Amino acid sequence: MKTPLGRVRGLGTAHSGTEHFWLQRLTAVANLPLLIGFLIVIVALVGRSHAAVISTLTNPFVAILILSALISVVMHMRIGMQVIIEDYVHSEGRKILLLMANTFFSLGIGLAAAYALLKINFGL
Amino acid sequence: MAERRTIERPLSPHLQIYRMTLTMAMSIVHRVTGAALYFGTLLLVWWLIAVSSSATQFDIVSAFFASWVGQLVLFGYTWALLHHMLGGIRHFIWDTGRGFNPQEREFLAMATIVGSIVLTLLVWTLGYMLKS
Repeated sequence: MKTPLGRVRGLGTAHSGTEHFWLQRLTAVANLPLLIGFLIVIVALVGRSHAAVISTLTNPFVAILILSALISVVMHMRIGMQVIIEDYVHSEGRKILLLMANTFFSLGIGLAAAYALLKINFGL
Repeated sequence: MAERRTIERPLSPHLQIYRMTLTMAMSIVHRVTGAALYFGTLLLVWWLIAVSSSATQFDIVSAFFASWVGQLVLFGYTWALLHHMLGGIRHFIWDTGRGFNPQEREFLAMATIVGSIVLTLLVWTLGYMLKS
């Protein structure tokens, strides 16, 4: 026997409580300094040669900054797009397919970017 | 207890029934810039993979970014990022329970618009000044 209160406590209608909201805000807070740092790196790289870009991207601070930004951005963009899909796609089948595609796209972006950055740092 | 029932419930009025307000437009722009940033990550991946591949690939992506189409896309992308960033800060302020008065709401909305444009121009001016 479970009371209605016990059933919803900490969960809510999405059965995940405030987890989504919290992750959204957590990654938003992380994105702020990480992307400001990333913007500074990009501005510094405008017009530079291939060799100069590689030399900047193999700086440990820059590489770790970009890797950290990737992790935070991928989580943030995934749950952000999830909300957009849930808001506008009402057919259950299409919604599930798009939610899957969203996860694959976000992870794919993160892994491809991380692969390239690691290759620049360790594999050239 | 609370079983699922299928009752035809009245739907709440949708967007087109309301008069467009500044904060409403800002909410829409926040979502649109978010979606644009989402797909724009492909540009970052293209750039990083090109850098990791070869000087030839790097020259191809650099030529695209230097073309007027590329510059337009990057300029728009910079603005989308900064607008979404400032919009996020606006949400952080609201999270603390502050900034909900009509005047404060309007001020935050205007600050986001003006701030995002000024910061975008600043970033691009710096980019062109430091360009070698």
